[in-house]
Amino acid sequence: MVNITIDNQKISVPSGTTIMEAAAKLGTPIPKLCYLKDINEIAACRVCVVEIEGKDRLVTSCNNVVTEGMVIYTNSPKVRIARRQTVQLILSQHDCKCATCVRSGNCTLQQVANDLNLIDLPFKERFEDTPWDKTFPLIRDSRKCIKCMRCIQICDKIQGLNIWDVTSTGSRTTINVNGNKKINEVSCSLCGQCITHCPVGALRERDDTEDVWSAIADKKKVVVAQVAPAVRAAWGGEALGLSREEATIGKIMDALKKIGIDYVFDTSFSADLTIMEEGNEFLQRFTKGELKLRPMFTSCCPGWIRFIKSQYPHLVPQLSTAKSPQQMFGAVMKTYFAQSIGVAPEDIYTVSVMPCVAKKGERNMELFYGEYAGHDIDTVLTTRELTRMIRAAHIDPKSLKDRECDPLMKEWSGAGVIFGATGGVMEAALRSAHYLVTGRNPDPDAFKIVRSPSFETGVVEAEVQIGDATIRAAVVSGLGNVRKLLEAIEHGEVHYDFVEVMACPGGCVGGGGQPIHDGEELAHTRGANLYFLDKNAKIRFSHENQDVMKLYNDFLEKPLSHKSHMLLHTDHTKWDMPR
Amino acid sequence: MSRLEIPGPDKGQLVVEELYKDLERRIESSPPGLCPVDMTRAFIEMCQTQSCGKCTPPCRVGLWQLKNLLTDVMNGTATMETLDLIDTLSESIREGSDCPIGYEAGAMVHKSLRDCREDYEEHVRQGRCTCHYTQPVPCVSLCPAHVDIPGYIALTGEGRYADAIRLIRKDNPFPTTCGFICEHPCEARCRRNIVDDAINIRGLKRMAADYAGKVPPPECAPSTGKRIAVVGGGPGGLSAAYYLQLMGHQTTVFEMLPKLGGMLRYGIPNYRLPKDRLDEDIQAILETGVQVEFGKRIGKDITIQSLRQEYDAVLISIGASTDKKLGIEGEHAEGVISAVSFLRDVGADKSPDLTGQEVAVIGGGNVSMDAVRTAKRLGAKKVSIVYRRRTADMTALPAEIEGAVAEGIEVLTLKAPSRIETDKNGHVSGIYVTPQMISKIKDGRASVCPTGEEDFLIPCQTLIVAIGQDIESEHFAEAGVPVSRGKIMTERYGGFDNIPGVFAGGDCASGPASVIKAIAASKVVAANIDEYLGFHHIISCDVEIPEPRLSDREPCGRVELTEREACSRVCDFEGVENCMTEAEAKQESHRCLRCDHFGYGIFKGGRKEKW
Repeated sequence: MVNITIDNQKISVPSGTTIMEAAAKLGTPIPKLCYLKDINEIAACRVCVVEIEGKDRLVTSCNNVVTEGMVIYTNSPKVRIARRQTVQLILSQHDCKCATCVRSGNCTLQQVANDLNLIDLPFKERFEDTPWDKTFPLIRDSRKCIKCMRCIQICDKIQGLNIWDVTSTGSRTTINVNGNKKINEVSCSLCGQCITHCPVGALRERDDTEDVWSAIADKKKVVVAQVAPAVRAAWGGEALGLSREEATIGKIMDALKKIGIDYVFDTSFSADLTIMEEGNEFLQRFTKGELKLRPMFTSCCPGWIRFIKSQYPHLVPQLSTAKSPQQMFGAVMKTYFAQSIGVAPEDIYTVSVMPCVAKKGERNMELFYGEYAGHDIDTVLTTRELTRMIRAAHIDPKSLKDRECDPLMKEWSGAGVIFGATGGVMEAALRSAHYLVTGRNPDPDAFKIVRSPSFETGVVEAEVQIGDATIRAAVVSGLGNVRKLLEAIEHGEVHYDFVEVMACPGGCVGGGGQPIHDGEELAHTRGANLYFLDKNAKIRFSHENQDVMKLYNDFLEKPLSHKSHMLLHTDHTKWDMPR
Repeated sequence: MSRLEIPGPDKGQLVVEELYKDLERRIESSPPGLCPVDMTRAFIEMCQTQSCGKCTPPCRVGLWQLKNLLTDVMNGTATMETLDLIDTLSESIREGSDCPIGYEAGAMVHKSLRDCREDYEEHVRQGRCTCHYTQPVPCVSLCPAHVDIPGYIALTGEGRYADAIRLIRKDNPFPTTCGFICEHPCEARCRRNIVDDAINIRGLKRMAADYAGKVPPPECAPSTGKRIAVVGGGPGGLSAAYYLQLMGHQTTVFEMLPKLGGMLRYGIPNYRLPKDRLDEDIQAILETGVQVEFGKRIGKDITIQSLRQEYDAVLISIGASTDKKLGIEGEHAEGVISAVSFLRDVGADKSPDLTGQEVAVIGGGNVSMDAVRTAKRLGAKKVSIVYRRRTADMTALPAEIEGAVAEGIEVLTLKAPSRIETDKNGHVSGIYVTPQMISKIKDGRASVCPTGEEDFLIPCQTLIVAIGQDIESEHFAEAGVPVSRGKIMTERYGGFDNIPGVFAGGDCASGPASVIKAIAASKVVAANIDEYLGFHHIISCDVEIPEPRLSDREPCGRVELTEREACSRVCDFEGVENCMTEAEAKQESHRCLRCDHFGYGIFKGGRKEKW
């Protein structure tokens, strides 16, 4: 233990504790901008400086550890002056158009500047203008970037794609796409982790809310929305001031209706549909012995699809051909559902609310088989855009009531809900696979072994018995972990039959389209919420979803039928990723 | 009012003088990779403040306008016409100014634009720069073997000498040797220069080596069953053998001479690197289980072909141990010897007796300094360095030249050898030299031309030629190994596309270089041989580095290693240099700025914990 004094309070902390951590133990938060635990401890922003008795120069508290007898002042006059000027200098190169910024009210710089009571700026301003393709789902506003380097670190260390890098030198040093390329020329997975770890509004998703407002305004269009499982775990509880208990999926449905959406559905329905297709596909490929060398990979995560296509193109044939639940739902909405309400497919406007940025890319795929109405999905909104629409509609979140989904595709199972968490797709698939093989349901929690025990868990491995077969399964999230796992598979160090992959650490609940909480990793907490919903769900098995059964009976015939193939499956090789 | 005054110090000027000194040190430690456009702009900004203001258009106004134009380029507001304007303006400033304050500034900009046109155009067209910072931790970046220098300096500062040695060995299995004789490129751009002076990195390594005691090598990985032949037991071959053995491959070194060490034993004199100290490093390497076969000369006793058949991989690291010839009359006279063979004989305890002789050594490199100082110790009456350029143009390290001068060596500069004079027995009796004058600077180096004076004779009974080394290439050409201009031509990975399993590294592949470069090459080939054999072993070190000290970095002088006094050291071959004291080592290591923690290194390109 090391004995130190912080702001005249004595405390003992284990050796190796940083000054910032020690101060936090005393309830003294030291302001910071660039710091991200274990990811970005580089003392770039200099906001967290403190004074140490006997030292002339200030010391950053985020990455320097305490030593015995250290006397620290976190807010001495010297610290205060330096910190104020530091933030003023940052502000001199940050375009403070807060009123028109998506991060207004949730901006770490705004918070730090407000806390320091900075009401004017003595320095000349200089904003950097770097051209950007505004049609790309990921938008970078160079005028707002504060060069904290978090985006680089997240992409390098967690996602392993190295999309961002430092460019230029001297006082013009900045961040841009690696290799001086344009964003649409590199292998960006669109996971959006750089967005959720940006402390300011320099990175955001392309805002597509106006497209939805226009569709709502268009009398001819029937607007049909779906909401992904992970959205319910984060939307209102985190962004709209509701408690986690209050922020139900039913209230999202109510909000969507109030906004003017005509029909509302829960993507958990098409998650169940995905299980029917993907589960059957897995059993077929497994039984045929196609997975002896390499596993089948899940295909619901578009970030992962972009990753495998650019990084391991030779493994693409191992992907399930099933579309993601979003795309399946879109296809079904424009066919089965359109028919049922007697509307032409081209007059159906499909909107999906996703915890994800890559879904905006996924909807772009020009792959039409049976839909006859262009894209499966017309507009993808992130959870953040949903909350912005609710605010733009001036809806008081407290006034929302639980509302059921519209009929025909109303039902969902707990298995579909857990799609939003790492391990959820695998668990849902195993539940139904067990039924398909043995003809009877397992205990719904029989495969909970594939659930992630903590946010830090990268890979979960499990051998499960289904009938006579032993299935070697792996669940992985976070593209850095994915790369390691694929390398191990390629080097023959491990072998699996079925691998679930999600690009974002913790799965969709930790998605790049989710509400942002600087310095917090909420994926695991949100995931627990989904597992809670599953535990208490009326049905726990995808194959027991009566609306899915009806869809097969009335329209698709059966899983993997010709029609299912035309509508619910895709050809991953029909579009290209930049490499 | 007095008619004349003694000028007193002007406070403003003192500040400017200090600024110049600060700038000089800053430039000395400036990292490469910076934008040439921005640097030109910054430089011209300073130049324009130096204008006296007399030549109004070109210098007083022109430099300021140049700065404006360059600023436009940096700001992305320039067009291609701006570049044309910079081109013509800088040229007319060069042509039209009265003094170098103007014309050299114009020339600088003109040259910058001409040589870095692409960078300028990138700024104009794309509004961005293609450059980026490439030396986050200058010492580590500049060390060819990328040794974890801040790490071992910190360990040395805490008195953890054995840990320092362990950490160094992760990248360099010759810590003691390098503590004595490394050319320390690491110190060249040490950031501490900005504060006061570079850290004495080599001195601290010597400290660790002297105080660590015997440090056993790490455990080897489980045996892979693979066998590797290393041809040549110099620093490159032994380093590769060390790492390959650690990776679990059984390695055998084939050495033609009776002892290991190559140039370290047979090239570098004992007074610079005591052989018992060299043996410390070699002993640790052999403790890993490396086997050695002595007396095996490639092309005679063994062939590449036979080794390829017998071993899973073959590494050629034979060094560059033959000498280059002067190509002048009388070169084959008795008493004319190459520095390589002279030093080799001394290293093999077959020293010639030079008592009372006059000895001349041709060349201005480090080998030349080794030769003169060795000759002095062998009793020569007078030893001279004969060099065609000036002392400042010599490639030897300044400290080596100073050491030689202190030991009473004559330095005859601006003398180009013309022919060798022999006595009636065919023995060398002197060397005729042509007096040279220093002339124009070509490619950054001053050239020489004859003054027109008569050649004259420098009498000598032994003439040592130290003008470079080559490799014995005949056998390799026969074995299909590509050889060109005295070097084995490998691919960048150290191997050959058409001869799988054969690799080469060290002086024989790079041309004569330094120990640390040979070690660096050995890391490359060791890693690539490991990959070639289908493995991916990682070399790492589990020593934990002390947390960086928080210090105000007050300027403090650099500790230099002292030397034994010249008059006594020339009488023996014992080590010349004294180690620092523990107090000195502590102070010196605490000067280290820990660029791995404070600065860009903590973000990117900092500590490399494994390879």
